[in-house]
Amino acid sequence: MGGFQFSHGKMYGIVAHTMITKEEVQHIAKLARIQLSREQVEKFQKELSQVLDYFTILQEVDVLSVEPLTHSIEVKNVLREDEPRKADPEVVQKLLGMAPEQKDGFLKVKSVF
Amino acid sequence: MDSLFGVSIKQIHEKLEQREISALELAQLFLSHIQEREKDLHAFITIMPELAFQQAKEIDKKVKEGQSLPLLAGIPCAIKDSILVKGARCTAGSHMLEDYVAPYNATVVQRLREQGVLLMGKTNTDEFSMGSSTENSAFGPTRNPHDLSRVAGGSSGGSAASVAADEVVVALGGDTGGSIRLPASFCGIVGLKPTYGAVSRYGLIALASSLDQIGPLAKTVEDCEILFNALKGRDPFDSTSVDFPSNLQSRNCDPQDLRIGVPREYFKEGLMPQVEQVIKNAIAKFEAAGAKVEEITLPHAPYALAVYYIINSSEASANLARYDGMRYGTAGTKHQMPNVSLLDIYLERRGEGFGPEVKRRIVFGAYALSAGYYDAYYTKAQKIRTLLKQDFEQAFQKVDVIVGPVSPVLPFKIGEKIENPLSMYLVDMYTVPVNLAGIPGLSIPAGNVQNLPVGLQLIAPAFSEHLLFQVGKMFEKIS
Repeated sequence: MGGFQFSHGKMYGIVAHTMITKEEVQHIAKLARIQLSREQVEKFQKELSQVLDYFTILQEVDVLSVEPLTHSIEVKNVLREDEPRKADPEVVQKLLGMAPEQKDGFLKVKSVF
Repeated sequence: MDSLFGVSIKQIHEKLEQREISALELAQLFLSHIQEREKDLHAFITIMPELAFQQAKEIDKKVKEGQSLPLLAGIPCAIKDSILVKGARCTAGSHMLEDYVAPYNATVVQRLREQGVLLMGKTNTDEFSMGSSTENSAFGPTRNPHDLSRVAGGSSGGSAASVAADEVVVALGGDTGGSIRLPASFCGIVGLKPTYGAVSRYGLIALASSLDQIGPLAKTVEDCEILFNALKGRDPFDSTSVDFPSNLQSRNCDPQDLRIGVPREYFKEGLMPQVEQVIKNAIAKFEAAGAKVEEITLPHAPYALAVYYIINSSEASANLARYDGMRYGTAGTKHQMPNVSLLDIYLERRGEGFGPEVKRRIVFGAYALSAGYYDAYYTKAQKIRTLLKQDFEQAFQKVDVIVGPVSPVLPFKIGEKIENPLSMYLVDMYTVPVNLAGIPGLSIPAGNVQNLPVGLQLIAPAFSEHLLFQVGKMFEKIS
């Protein structure tokens, strides 16, 4: 993302300051592995800019000495012995059967390289 | 037999035990009503008559043998189509999972099956639960039973409409930012978003894992409580689920012992005046019954919606990475061609399998999580989430429950907001703070504006669902 610059608006609700570029939308969509048509890129550019503009209200909040909340309730690690368990072959077959392409009990995918 | 529509769980239970009706008759009665109402509503994506009949026969056998029945046995129930029922199609409202058949039961479904609940079908939802109206469902919207030109709310709109229209007695939904409470409000029924961790998420198709909870929808607070009690509790398959304190039961309480907080921030810009009037009338009823009502403040509530959409989109973009077109879905057209790369296949299958709102959130989430923006968006959102949680904790030092509107607007027309994502997001402004803080929220019918229902939201501290049920039942009596 290093090459992309982004400038926040000063106030929400007066003028749409925040603008995301078409190239940015295309770049992020590719990172997220989603194909967008040309019309969709234009639509998303407008919609995401509008949403980002709304988010500038968060700049009003001082969070200098605040810890981020990662769990809304108290949680502890839940551990168990790392023992292999036999899966129900019927379930395995069903799970595999859901994939568009399979071969010899494996999912078939294009080579990565 | 028509008189069975709108009756409570306990009444049906009694009729079954007294052999006034058989479970098979119940299943037939409700299935034929579903057939009739679905012409208008489209609350269901899949109807499961075989499963319902099979379960009904098992119950009738028990009755014949003189065995006692669990309270929920024979109760017709709908399940949101983001929750797995073994052997049934589970689409999450997406073309991506159009042909996906669940290989196992969600823990909540397992628990209901053990009680003998009749699972009648899978209900419509916005695609991957992303939306507030079910208009984002790949299979078309659900209509509001009170006005067919309007939305039922979302994302659990099919579940809410099916209960409101007496297609079933109760239903399960999922609530990430209001997806149970909003449709409950729009359809004039009761819906609970439980405390985070109170109900197992195993077998729920994930949207945003730090916010998602499964919960019950019903016609009355009592029925909602009965269903919740069957769902709650720790599950080894969901390590964020916890033991629910069993000593906390709802009981009759005197309104004079009740302290109600009304958050100032919930009555500002954006709240429709007619909705405000219904909510204020409801609060006045509590006051007239003797409850102490005081204004409170949740200073960070106005930031909750922005915080919510950053966290929701970020977690969604990670959770939905699994839909890579290799494990689920159709083969597409490119896979047979030579010189087609893995990247091309990802782009094609995800580009075609997902609808516009899902793409929007995945792209936005990927943006918010990307290098250079992570701290400005995700970390900042998590920090404000801490402040919001503290707001609620401080408020609950002064009051027992917080009361306000569920939605700032009345059920809107189909098509009214779908072209403007931000206007759709704003519908959730009063529900998302509850998910961010991990606390429970209950939507109960507060009144109507003409024929359109308005929901009252009750909010309590974590694991205080019993208080919500207590106060909800109190309101049913005094209203």
